[in-house]
Amino acid sequence: MAAPIRIRASMQADKVVVRVLMTHEMESGQRRDADGKTVPAYYIREVSARHNGRPVLAAQWGPAVSKNPYLQFSFVGGKPGDRIAVTWIDNRGETRTDEAVVA
Amino acid sequence: MPGVTGSSPVSSTIQNVTLRRRDVLRAGGAATLAAIAGPLRPRAAGAQGWNQAAFGGKTLDEIIRALGGSGYAVTRDVSWGPTPEIAENGAAVQVSIASTIPRTEAIAIVIEKNPGPLAAYFEIPDGTEPSVVTRFKMAQTSNVHAVVKAGGRYFVATREIRVTFGGCG
Repeated sequence: MAAPIRIRASMQADKVVVRVLMTHEMESGQRRDADGKTVPAYYIREVSARHNGRPVLAAQWGPAVSKNPYLQFSFVGGKPGDRIAVTWIDNRGETRTDEAVVA
Repeated sequence: MPGVTGSSPVSSTIQNVTLRRRDVLRAGGAATLAAIAGPLRPRAAGAQGWNQAAFGGKTLDEIIRALGGSGYAVTRDVSWGPTPEIAENGAAVQVSIASTIPRTEAIAIVIEKNPGPLAAYFEIPDGTEPSVVTRFKMAQTSNVHAVVKAGGRYFVATREIRVTFGGCG
């Protein structure tokens, strides 16, 4: 079971700034283990964010995104108390969704 | 391919696969095998799923073509914010990209010298700022391209990021 996504969403003037920290190995598929065998790629491929159910960001990632990915973006039209949901799906089909409230 | 016998929904799938495969063959051989496997995978819940051909692309031109563009213009209307010019740790280089091009719809980050140059692709719906911050692994010093799709056209801004300690992990 994947660790929860940490989401902080706060108002900055008229914008909601969303900061997201995911827990994921993000194995590049380039690395070799101690026996010289390639460690298979294992990484988040898709990330999406919704504001009260409306999509505000959709991302596709390759294995070059760093381990425990950090993402920051912002949008207009939100207010304190609104709900922000973030979902990721990795290349093994595992997925995780978490929510936060705009502060 | 198990279970393929020619009922119509299945054969339309096959046709699809062939078309995709031809596109990729035209774009370059490296991604071919991956692309053949791609359309057979179940699509995840994202907008259009994961763009296998773009992530398999080896050059900026190939990647832009796989994203749906036919060329690009060089732009200065991208700001890199606090993105470093020299990164001490290639395992986590924080890249900030903000586009001031009107009607920006998507932003992609291409790290030229990485084994898979397309690092990330962001779709920016109306109401979302055309600005993203993410951390990337960089195998070595490289040009980093910000590819902006705006009003159906593609724009590229480039900066070199020097890596003093590579991050292959």
